[in-house]
Amino acid sequence: MAFEKDLNLDATELRLGLPGSSDESAKNQTPATLRSNNKRALPEESMSSNATASKNCDQETAPLPKAQVVGWPPIRSYRKNNLQPKKSEGEISGIYVKVSMDGAPYLRKIDLKVFKGYPELLKALEEMFKFKAGEYSEREGYNGSEFVPTYEDKDGDWMLAGDVPWEMFTNSCKKLKIMKGSEARGLGCV
Amino acid sequence: MNYFPDEVLEHVFDFITSHKDRNSVSLVCKSWYKIERCSRQRVFIGNCYSISPERLIARFPGLKSLTLKGKPHFADFNLVPHDWGGFVYPWIKALAKSRIGLEELRLKRMVVSDESLELLSKSFVNFKSLVLVSCEGFTTDGLAAIAANCRFLRELDLQENEVDDHRGHWLSCFPESCTSLISLNFACLRGEVNLGALERLVSRSPNLKSLRLNRAVPLDTLQKLLMRAPQLVDLGIGSYVHDPFSEVYNKLKIAIQRCKSIRSLSGFLEVAPHCMSAIYPIFGNLTFLNLSYAPGLHGNKLMKLIQHCRKLQRLWILDCIGDKGLGVVALTCKELQELRVFPSDPFGAGNAAVTEEGLVLVSAGCPKLNSLLYFCQQMTNAALITVAKNCPNFIRFRLCILDPIKPDPVTNQPLDEGFGAIVQSCKGLKRLSLSGLLTDQVFLYIGMYAEQLEMLSIAFAADSDKGMLYVLNGCKKLRKLEIRDCPFGDAALLEDVGKYETMRSLWMSSCEVTLGGCKSVAEKMPSLNVEIIDECEQMEFNLDDKQKVDKMYLYRTLVGHRKDAPEYVLIL
Repeated sequence: MAFEKDLNLDATELRLGLPGSSDESAKNQTPATLRSNNKRALPEESMSSNATASKNCDQETAPLPKAQVVGWPPIRSYRKNNLQPKKSEGEISGIYVKVSMDGAPYLRKIDLKVFKGYPELLKALEEMFKFKAGEYSEREGYNGSEFVPTYEDKDGDWMLAGDVPWEMFTNSCKKLKIMKGSEARGLGCV
Repeated sequence: MNYFPDEVLEHVFDFITSHKDRNSVSLVCKSWYKIERCSRQRVFIGNCYSISPERLIARFPGLKSLTLKGKPHFADFNLVPHDWGGFVYPWIKALAKSRIGLEELRLKRMVVSDESLELLSKSFVNFKSLVLVSCEGFTTDGLAAIAANCRFLRELDLQENEVDDHRGHWLSCFPESCTSLISLNFACLRGEVNLGALERLVSRSPNLKSLRLNRAVPLDTLQKLLMRAPQLVDLGIGSYVHDPFSEVYNKLKIAIQRCKSIRSLSGFLEVAPHCMSAIYPIFGNLTFLNLSYAPGLHGNKLMKLIQHCRKLQRLWILDCIGDKGLGVVALTCKELQELRVFPSDPFGAGNAAVTEEGLVLVSAGCPKLNSLLYFCQQMTNAALITVAKNCPNFIRFRLCILDPIKPDPVTNQPLDEGFGAIVQSCKGLKRLSLSGLLTDQVFLYIGMYAEQLEMLSIAFAADSDKGMLYVLNGCKKLRKLEIRDCPFGDAALLEDVGKYETMRSLWMSSCEVTLGGCKSVAEKMPSLNVEIIDECEQMEFNLDDKQKVDKMYLYRTLVGHRKDAPEYVLIL
């Protein structure tokens, strides 16, 4: 029934069955345990609230990954407790830098990790501050633009954004500044 | 009828070392039984509740080495409450009172108190070796007692134990006179250690062959230790984080060059992946590499590393190696016998992880593969059939699909045919763990083909009692059967209760067996302990035979009901 799907009663239902066990594909071959309802529900075996996030997966074979069944997957507690996820090693934590713009009353902050390269970064900055940076070229920088993206690097120098490879940029960028084109003119010329 | 004097027979028996063989020898006749029992030095007890320490001591007066296992295997996965049992204290107490000259104690899944460790350390003059695997209940104070009192200690090996770490001083308790260490593994300890004491200990241990450090040992110390122990064969690195341009890094490079004997490497509990090149020289000689606690090593860096490991026989790795990385393993590690791929993100969205592709690649590239533990995102029948064809020599095959009832994603079929191919092809298969969508059919295959199977683990599988019956009827050598969340009920449980006496144990949780069924087994088989673990204590209020039992653990025993069970364990 349509409205039931919207309410996503399935995802929030407390039951012993596995996450995703209401799959279409599994319906014909679901083991008896998952069909039976005459067991008392153990306190541990409930869907976590995160499960509702995957409500769109109801009809697909994808499992609801966040809900947890006790003792599955079968890994020793020691291993579970001691395996530091990649996240804590700084791999996935963001690189947040302040972004200021000449004339703007306050600064913004963006996560450089989110972008794959300069084009995406520029697009985001343009949208954020409502300006156009123009075309970048190695020889002339952002020629003919009213505003130009610059950054302060680890050495404290102000650089034009776009000259160095992306990885090098994200590793060395301390803050971004969108300068007025007229002030930035000196930078583009070598 | 003995044509030989006892001493000759005893000498002959000296050459028979496997437990199975010695057990067989003891059954030949009364005099062989007597000679064997008096000369036996090593005893293995797979279930500490199957026999009592007193009977052990009475039968084997010459006992020097004892191995004991406590909790059922599923205790590893939080299915057994902490205080269920498996206490080692009564064993140590009884042995201490006796005249047994215990030299070695190896424990798995047991509760070990500081008190037991202290008693152990003071009771046996020649005590040499303590190995604790997946144990709990002790602190570093207990370790301090071992260090201080065991004058001839050769081995202290702590594997994956939950230890309450009171920090630092236990290492300093090894007296200056202790120079006998061959193996020291404290990788599972979380706290600080006295680095100076560690360095001095290693310096005065010329026989040290195996050293596994914990996270608190920095690279600086590692380098110093390696300089003092270039004879190491097995190394576990704690922390591997440093600046590649530093002095320490250069010193490490030099130290590593001197370590020509390292064949086994593990740890990297903290790792800076861009600095691995310092230790590349040892990868070429490794036969065992365990990177399963090093999620920081992945992608290209990991693959580059693996490419050096041409002599690898055993590899333990995380699934962030990916199918591509397993392809590199397949191309490089032609001597590979054992592969374990652990999940790096067990409850995650499945972004990391390996699939059937990685396994197929390894099976094609590594013909000597005989032992597998593989946590994966998905598996197909086609892949399993290919693997079965490529590797007919599997002794251990443990597959864990992270979604336990996932069918073959290509055909949407259960994985019956795939596992069927494995058991049919691998005639020497001793251990099997199943997962994925499975019907009764897979158990028909297992019963038919898995003639050497000794241990079977089943979860979320089967359609009916038939599944369990196929296994019980077919697998003549079955010793351990553990089942969770399957629709097996009393009919299957009661079909052949005599079978359970030929096995070490049976575990069934979240199945369909009732209290009445369990009682029936207990009545018919007095040689079994049938334990009901009832944490919610519903049994207390409602002893209705028709009630489903949540967790049942039964095992054969020569000593009847145990006296140390907690309140929520009902022994029928």
